[in-house]
Amino acid sequence: MIASETVQQRLTIPLSAESLSAERISYLEELVGQARNAAAVFTQFTQADVDRIVKAMVLAGLEQAQYLARLAVEETRLGVMEDKVIKNMVATEFAYHYAKDKRTVGVIREFPERNLEEIAEPIGVLFSLTPITNPTSTVLFKCIVAIKTRNAVIFSPHPKAAHCCAEAVRVMYETAVKQVAPEGVFACVEAPSLPDNAYLMRHKDVGLIDATGGPGVVKAAYSSGKPALGVGPGNTPVYFEKSADLNTSVVDIIVSKTFDNGTICASEQTVVIDDEIYDRVLKKFADLGAHICDEKETRLLERTVIDPQTGFMQAMAVGQKAEDIARFVGLEVKPGTKLLIAPIQGAGREHPLSVEKLFPVLGVYRAKSLNEALKVCVDVNHAGGIGHTAVIFSRNDEVIRKFGEVINAGRIIVNSPGSIGALGAVYNDLVPTFSFGCGTGGGNSTTDNVNIYHYLNIKRLARRTQNHMWFRVPNQIYFNMNAVENLRQFPSRTTIIVTNPALEQMGHVDIVRRFICPQTHVHVCVIADAEPEVKVVLQGVEALNFYKADQIIALGGGSVIDAAKIMKLKYESPDADLEELAAPFLDLRKRVVQYPTEKVKRARLIAISTTSGTGSEVTPFAVLMDKEQGRKVTLADYSLTPDVAIVDPQFVMSMPKGLTADTGIDCLTHALEAGVSNYASPYTDSNAMQAIGLAFQYLPIAYANPRDEEARCMMHNAACIAAMAFSNASVGVNHALAHAFGARFGVAHGRANALMLPHVIAYNAAVPTKFMPSPYQQGYVAHKKYAAMADLLGLGGNTVEEKVRKLIAALEQLLDQLGFPRSIAELGIAKEEFERALPDLVKAAFDDPSWRSNPRMPLMGELVELFWKAYRGRGGEEGTAGDTGLRT
Amino acid sequence: MTVHMAITPVWLNIDEKRAAAELREAREKLEGADGEAVLDFSSVRRVDASALRALEELAGAAEEKAVKVVLRGVNVEVYKVLKLVRLTRRFSFAN
Repeated sequence: MIASETVQQRLTIPLSAESLSAERISYLEELVGQARNAAAVFTQFTQADVDRIVKAMVLAGLEQAQYLARLAVEETRLGVMEDKVIKNMVATEFAYHYAKDKRTVGVIREFPERNLEEIAEPIGVLFSLTPITNPTSTVLFKCIVAIKTRNAVIFSPHPKAAHCCAEAVRVMYETAVKQVAPEGVFACVEAPSLPDNAYLMRHKDVGLIDATGGPGVVKAAYSSGKPALGVGPGNTPVYFEKSADLNTSVVDIIVSKTFDNGTICASEQTVVIDDEIYDRVLKKFADLGAHICDEKETRLLERTVIDPQTGFMQAMAVGQKAEDIARFVGLEVKPGTKLLIAPIQGAGREHPLSVEKLFPVLGVYRAKSLNEALKVCVDVNHAGGIGHTAVIFSRNDEVIRKFGEVINAGRIIVNSPGSIGALGAVYNDLVPTFSFGCGTGGGNSTTDNVNIYHYLNIKRLARRTQNHMWFRVPNQIYFNMNAVENLRQFPSRTTIIVTNPALEQMGHVDIVRRFICPQTHVHVCVIADAEPEVKVVLQGVEALNFYKADQIIALGGGSVIDAAKIMKLKYESPDADLEELAAPFLDLRKRVVQYPTEKVKRARLIAISTTSGTGSEVTPFAVLMDKEQGRKVTLADYSLTPDVAIVDPQFVMSMPKGLTADTGIDCLTHALEAGVSNYASPYTDSNAMQAIGLAFQYLPIAYANPRDEEARCMMHNAACIAAMAFSNASVGVNHALAHAFGARFGVAHGRANALMLPHVIAYNAAVPTKFMPSPYQQGYVAHKKYAAMADLLGLGGNTVEEKVRKLIAALEQLLDQLGFPRSIAELGIAKEEFERALPDLVKAAFDDPSWRSNPRMPLMGELVELFWKAYRGRGGEEGTAGDTGLRT
Repeated sequence: MTVHMAITPVWLNIDEKRAAAELREAREKLEGADGEAVLDFSSVRRVDASALRALEELAGAAEEKAVKVVLRGVNVEVYKVLKLVRLTRRFSFAN
């Protein structure tokens, strides 16, 4: 028996180093200085260097395993010499086996598919506290792990294991230095004291505290303010379930609980046994050398080995043989008794023997049901064992999984001995260790078996990833005059034409009907509202269901086509929640809400556009009014894109001049914004540039001469082409401003765009106050892309700046030709009214998702400025570009 | 090891294998350095603990004698070692 000491005494380690003498401080500083230099020198070592040193150390440890085990038993007076030899061998050989092929220097892991590499950075100087229970094995293990990871360690062993630990450190150090490890790489504090520990724990040159020991040590480590691996006590519950293999399980428990006289903190503490097998299990234990205590013996035992004041085990019993404990307690047991088994009635403070007992005394509990058994295991787990280890013996997978779910333990050992099982690599594939992380429940930072990776700072080298991009448009697009004739090729049983009253009156529906496949039942769904609301769309879905439609033809402008997209969505996926699908997102591929992929019905959507602006016939967007909430609901998903688009100019020949101008500028805005978008790609650029060229050439003609077939055709194509660009590259801040302004003052979308556009080009072409993160782009290119647009239009200019100015001037000229107002003021909006509306305008613009693809991140103050510029108007003495401080 | 004393500074080439000894010799020569000593580390790929100790001593002696010690051609691995032991601030560096 060792001298009496309760675990409680070790609970309170003072963190004060005030009592240290100057001489002692100088000694400790010397240790740290040497370790710091060694760690610094170590950074130059290669993987081959450290692997050579580690191998030599492991061989030396194996060679000295018996010597060190004997020293440990002689000094500490606890444990079993033969078992400590095994521990020393596991600490060296098994640790080596795990670590030998693992990279710990330079690049240690590569993830080429993610463009990631992990690079090891040593920690530097570690301060390591080692326990009395596993003294030499813990030192051997930590030395090997430290060298493998190029760290220096200062050891502070438990004072009652100081000599054997110092010897273990010496063996490791001499071998390492012989292999040219840096001088000073290991040191062991002589005659360690609590103030020494306090001083070293807080030393600026100590990078990490690795504390293995009692709760006091762990708490002190974590309280020091240093990064720490504090690995402390446990209280292992064991569930002996009725389906378990009795013979194997009983032997496993005896092996584990008697291993080194139960000093491993992962060993079994309380075994909860199902009622059905309880008697047989106890008999089996007794047959194999356990003493089953009666009630009186149990009381005697608990009074002696558990401190009644603290409820913790008495240190005098730790690591002692069952026979010695029995003798001390006054129990009569057979010679050779391996284990004392004490039946208990529950777990917790009222049941003293349910706590951690690092000696061969085991509590047993008879459980009448699975539920009761699990509850008692949870009680044991929470009586000092949270996060540590638990054990189950069972052949019922469901029960095993349930146990794993309810018990909070870093290691849940199944059908094997707890102590040796938790050490890893013997009975299972856990990482071999001598430090068990207990997670936050145990006040630790990890639940892992502490290993080489905990002794490294792992750096991630993250290379820029070329993100996948996309270009998604309808499968089929038919364009030019009479393209509607292509409807003939789409067989249908029942077709619903969705349109508006004006188009029906104009005879457009009749034209469409003429080209629908013969024998098709055709019904017309007329949407009266200019901006259809959800309720109306749902009525349309009822019609689709009633007629069992297999084809929808949307004939109209953006609103009609958008309504048809949503009708199709709700028809095919009735459970789709429009409110949820309208949830905001930043990146299409990472969005939270997914559109339905399972469809109960299918209908082809053919979109025939009757305006040359929105391009809704090819876009994945749909906007609906939610009148109840007084707002617009925007849906965006490529599943909304029509299956077929028909871009036939015969349906736009009669567009009035104002609508021609508004929709035409909307088309041009789409192209200009997609062209400089952060999501622009060569695919969208080609479309954007083509649309810009067509719009500049044909919009004035279509406006001046509405019956010009070529101009109408080309503008109709331009709108569709621009829409293909912005469907894949999105728009920008111009749309955000226009949406906010248009909604507040009831100004048509195209007109609102026109008021902002010259100012936004000048804004985007200047050096941004705040750059937008843009993984898809190479640097800031908006100004150069505007210059390329000017070149395309043949506007001249020698520098990028000149070209941007000429593009703005050409745009302003176009806007004048189309009769657009030059300023918001010209719309008759008073300055005071505008000023009052400005805070709301800015908020709405900033909330608008459109600007998120803008090349320049708009600050709130810049949005205010842009609104004021639009209010004051374009042109002026210096021109629109001149007063923005355009710098290229 | 070559020593250039012609004008004012001490100029030493440090050999990796004899680094500690040469650094100790350099410390002896600081008296004649007249304000500056240049140690050429171009051929030093690694330093060991004894070289580090010698550098610490050299730094101390240089500070005492008010001599500026310039380490020339220090590779980044050695520079990092000096950084970790906080020696970089006690020397000047030149490429």
